[in-house]
Amino acid sequence: MKRKNWYLTVGAALTAVMAAWTILGFFWTPYDPSARSAADKYALPSLAHPFGCDYMGRDIFSRALEGAGTTLTIAAAVLVIGFVFGLLIGALCGYYGGAADAVVMRLCDAVSAFPSILLALVAIALLGRGKYNIIAALGVLFVPSFARLVRGEFLKQRDRDYVKSAKLMGVSDLRIIFVHILPNTWPVLLSGLTIGFNNAVLAEASMSYLGVGVSPTEPSLGYMLSESQAYLLKAPWFTAFPALVIILLILGVGLVGEGVRGQLGVEP
Amino acid sequence: MAKSILKRVLLLIGTLLLVTLLAFIAFSVIPGDPTEAVLGLEATDAQIAAFRERMGLDLPLWQRYLKWLGEFVTGDFGDSFNFDMPVAQLLLPKVGATLTLAALAFALIVVISIPLGLLCARFAGSWPDKVLTVLDQLAMSVPGFVLGIGLMYLFALVLHWFRPEYVPPSAGLLPHLWYMLFPALAVAIPKSAMTVRLLRGSVLGELGQDYVRTAYSKGRSRSSVLWGHVLRNAMIPVVTFLAMTIAEILTGSIVVEQVFGVAGVGRILITSIGNRDYPVVQAIVALVAIVVVCCNFLSDVLYRVMDPRIDGR
Repeated sequence: MKRKNWYLTVGAALTAVMAAWTILGFFWTPYDPSARSAADKYALPSLAHPFGCDYMGRDIFSRALEGAGTTLTIAAAVLVIGFVFGLLIGALCGYYGGAADAVVMRLCDAVSAFPSILLALVAIALLGRGKYNIIAALGVLFVPSFARLVRGEFLKQRDRDYVKSAKLMGVSDLRIIFVHILPNTWPVLLSGLTIGFNNAVLAEASMSYLGVGVSPTEPSLGYMLSESQAYLLKAPWFTAFPALVIILLILGVGLVGEGVRGQLGVEP
Repeated sequence: MAKSILKRVLLLIGTLLLVTLLAFIAFSVIPGDPTEAVLGLEATDAQIAAFRERMGLDLPLWQRYLKWLGEFVTGDFGDSFNFDMPVAQLLLPKVGATLTLAALAFALIVVISIPLGLLCARFAGSWPDKVLTVLDQLAMSVPGFVLGIGLMYLFALVLHWFRPEYVPPSAGLLPHLWYMLFPALAVAIPKSAMTVRLLRGSVLGELGQDYVRTAYSKGRSRSSVLWGHVLRNAMIPVVTFLAMTIAEILTGSIVVEQVFGVAGVGRILITSIGNRDYPVVQAIVALVAIVVVCCNFLSDVLYRVMDPRIDGR
């Protein structure tokens, strides 16, 4: 039990640091993230530029601050879309069952057969690039996995005695779903949310890296990595710091998920 | 058993029809016809009509789906807008590189994760397990393409084990495989971390079962119980997980191919997305979805074969 708490503590601390880092990036960066400076090209990490400078002399620290914001905003928006719709669909399917449930779940299976990055790439091919297209594409793709997770939990809960007695007392179905059953599914949903968050961060970073993510004028961690690759030998810090930010973001939330699962003894 | 597998096969066919339908529809509701993208804005009405007829764009949707499906299963994926050659001919040389990468990655996952997972379970709670658990958590947090860049830096630029330039199979099989080993590692390491975790949990779960206690009480040694009794049962979830991992290996390789400049399916996919070359994108999407559905089917059948209790329900 002690080791599980350790996951949660370290994960929560790391997540808090990364959240603070991102929020800071929304309000303040030491330099203008897009300002070029010929004198600072390939500048080594120093007190003036803690993460060094890139091939255009832009401050990597400022760009990593703002890039984390871009990544996190997209991941959060994707989670909200996937979670809200997944919750509604999963709860209704799991609670009522029947033919509609079977049809919806078949459809979810079919959508899940397309790997999410692949489908997001297709959506970008069809809709064009840009922040909102990525959010819409990834958001829709996250619905089936959440729906399946929520449905499974509702299936387990719906025949429990507390649901039966609530029904006998004449509680409405909607109230049973959202007030009685939903709170009991939180641990599993929370663990699913941490996995979903990491998948969203990974998808956004991969797409920006491939050059089909947000527009190149917006700093993003994935695009920084793709730009930096040509200067890997000359300026390894250009690669190292954006990579570190991505890894720490994923690690922190991953540890929280692990901690929650350990604490409550649920399997993902 | 046979009846249950037959049911699965029917379900498989249904799912395959559904995913191909989705792949088809996605590219049929494109805002703006491909006509404009191919012929440009100055095309005459007669040119447009001829193009639409040649591409079959004037038929109703369901007829186009059946026609497309019929051609698709016979290996005719249409013509690329951009390269002016059949999509099948364009993809064929790229499929080899991607399959090599995926196969190497899969082999690496098996070779890395099964001994490590067993090691973790054998020494659960003591230091090898603790060290590996921390490493595991770290490895899971590194995206494949970031790991790829790291491997590139360490092994190509610092240690000079390979030149950071794609070696096609035409340059010799061994040099090609040696080069592909590094992208395969980038794909395999994060997935191995998950497999180690799963195997460890699965073995520990089995060790708490009654049959293990019985085996011990009959005087079996710890390793004989582990190898002779526990392993077979503990492998069931791992094998099904590995079958499903193939899908993730394929997506992982799309991005990692780009890191290492491998001329594979991922590369041509990204190029074609940039060019709005829909027939190529559509063929790749449909093919990947078919592979994924088949892997899920395989995973399901393997599960039933390895654990006959499932059919008792």
